[in-house]
Amino acid sequence: MKRMLKQLAAGAVTALGLTLATVPAQAADTIRIGSFLSVTGPASFLGDPELKTLELYIDKINGSGGVLGKKLELIHYDDAGDASKARTFANRLLRQDRVDLIVGGSTTGATMAAVPLIQQAGVPFISLAGAETITTPVRKWVFKTPQSDRQAARRILMDMKDRGFTKIGLISGTGGFGASGRNVTKEEAGNFDIEIVADETYNPKDTDTTAQLTRIRNTDGVQAILNFDFGQGPAIVTRNYAQLGIEIPFYQSHGVASDSFLELAGDAAEGLRLPASALLVADKLPKSDPQHDVLNRYKSDYESHYNESVSTFGAYAYDGLQLAVQALMKAGGTDKAKVRDALENIDGAVGVTGTYRMSAEDHMGLTAESFRILEVKDGGWALTE
Amino acid sequence: MFSEFFQFTFSGVTLGAIYALVALGFTLIYNASHVINFAQGEFLMIGGMGTVVLMDAGVPIYFAIPLAIAMAGVAGILLHRLAIAPAKNADVVTLIIITIGASIFLRGLAQVFWGKEYHALPNFSATESINLGGAILLTQSLWILGIAAVLVTALGLFFTRTALGKALLATSMNKEAASLMGIKTGAILMMAFGISAVIGAAAGVIVAPITLTSYDIGIMLGLKGFIAAAIGGLGSSTGAILGGLLLGLAEAYTAGYISSDYKDAVPFVIILAILFFLPNGLLGSRAVERV
Repeated sequence: MKRMLKQLAAGAVTALGLTLATVPAQAADTIRIGSFLSVTGPASFLGDPELKTLELYIDKINGSGGVLGKKLELIHYDDAGDASKARTFANRLLRQDRVDLIVGGSTTGATMAAVPLIQQAGVPFISLAGAETITTPVRKWVFKTPQSDRQAARRILMDMKDRGFTKIGLISGTGGFGASGRNVTKEEAGNFDIEIVADETYNPKDTDTTAQLTRIRNTDGVQAILNFDFGQGPAIVTRNYAQLGIEIPFYQSHGVASDSFLELAGDAAEGLRLPASALLVADKLPKSDPQHDVLNRYKSDYESHYNESVSTFGAYAYDGLQLAVQALMKAGGTDKAKVRDALENIDGAVGVTGTYRMSAEDHMGLTAESFRILEVKDGGWALTE
Repeated sequence: MFSEFFQFTFSGVTLGAIYALVALGFTLIYNASHVINFAQGEFLMIGGMGTVVLMDAGVPIYFAIPLAIAMAGVAGILLHRLAIAPAKNADVVTLIIITIGASIFLRGLAQVFWGKEYHALPNFSATESINLGGAILLTQSLWILGIAAVLVTALGLFFTRTALGKALLATSMNKEAASLMGIKTGAILMMAFGISAVIGAAAGVIVAPITLTSYDIGIMLGLKGFIAAAIGGLGSSTGAILGGLLLGLAEAYTAGYISSDYKDAVPFVIILAILFFLPNGLLGSRAVERV
């Protein structure tokens, strides 16, 4: 028995040695792109389209000859929305798989858990998660493709200012997204000469918000109301808004920019405005729009391949991969420092989410203008300008 | 000024009616076994989500609702047969813990098979809200209150006028004596779970046009319903309605007159005060400890 165990152990060691030995050989003829995404678990609505997008486009790129004459190789792990798993997988990508760069991190938690390891190892990392903390303060090796909620708040306030509003009411959920949105809105309002005269909250699980809305409506001088949250809360707020017959303009955040929100809120959503990715109105964009071609190509590629609706989350992965490919081409190889510098110098890369202009001070590269203000019209999305 | 007060009151009534209807579901199983069934919220979820899923499959709403409610009834009976009955000699606390486990299990099943999205059910009446003195009252909350009133009356008659109801009360008072008198206590308990599930599922369908429904709707509604039932006095149907309305009005007035930030603390303050001054709730029967 003992001898057998010893033999087994010896076999395992040899096998391990063999795999380790083959790694550098492989690395020479492919470019290794690592990824950890929340493909299953509570954040699967993010990770699932992200992985599908990465797989689809890596196949496409390899089909047309790869990058710099080398094939791209995707090494992917599913962190199931668990930050500690994300850290473990990031470690494996860095030490064992020796990837050339990482595109991944569906959630802010997963991203931030992996950031210290990635910073230490010095590998370019493009995160697909939203929070501002990922790139503020700027970290040498960390970039991200989605806008932060600050850009969304700015875009909303910009539209309010254009319509001449100076006094608004704010109603937000007490969950992480709503609380953060409330903070940035309050911080940014002054820059647009807008005063928040009513500030109400609700629990994300609440089933009725008419008391809060009545308070806002009865505040003197309120010209518009903004609801900053995601999930089903905004659907309930929107329904209550209509039930109370409130007439003043209503805004939602980018958190509910999806067709499922329209289904939940129904007729009550008619006329409200929100900032959203141009992807939602890809077919309605004028041909002259700089993003028109990129958006429609991504939409038709994804929808014809997977036979399901494209999502803005998958678009973050599309943009991440395109930025990575651009940086690799510019760097002329996989030298990590050169790729990182190339990423930082990306200036005017037209993506699905927006047009990226990175710099040493900004590792996200999008402005508030990358959001489009949409209005709900006849149960669908319509561009306002 | 008055229209504001009316609006807060109507908001409170809407919330309160929902809590009251959920609270009613706790009374039956509690009366039969002194078990607080923490899977009650999941019966609501089965009612609401079941209706949505059946409607998505093309079943018209008049059939989808009774089918979903029947489905919950079966789930209630299975819960008793598979989880509660095998642990028949366990004490009440163990049984309560079993119901918590069952609630997590049911929620998990719904998440896997019915998905994680929120869904809306259509209003029962064509007009969604009516204007009274400048304030808006949802017609659906009238439906909820009406059905809650019917259920309270029916439960009252059931406990006082029917042999089954009396057998159920007898089982809760003294299980051994009841079985010596020829009452099949196992079957009685199973029935209590089945009927509770049906009441819960009906509640889940009726509140869904207001609250929306999803696999995890039972957590919040179940908890608030339990608090309402405890305020009113566990086991009393009228108390459950009173407790629910009190809780809903308190939440709405706090959100309206003080600050929405404090709204979520209200249920806990109320329940602390009630348990301190009236340990058996507003209408609960005084527990007699025999030595």
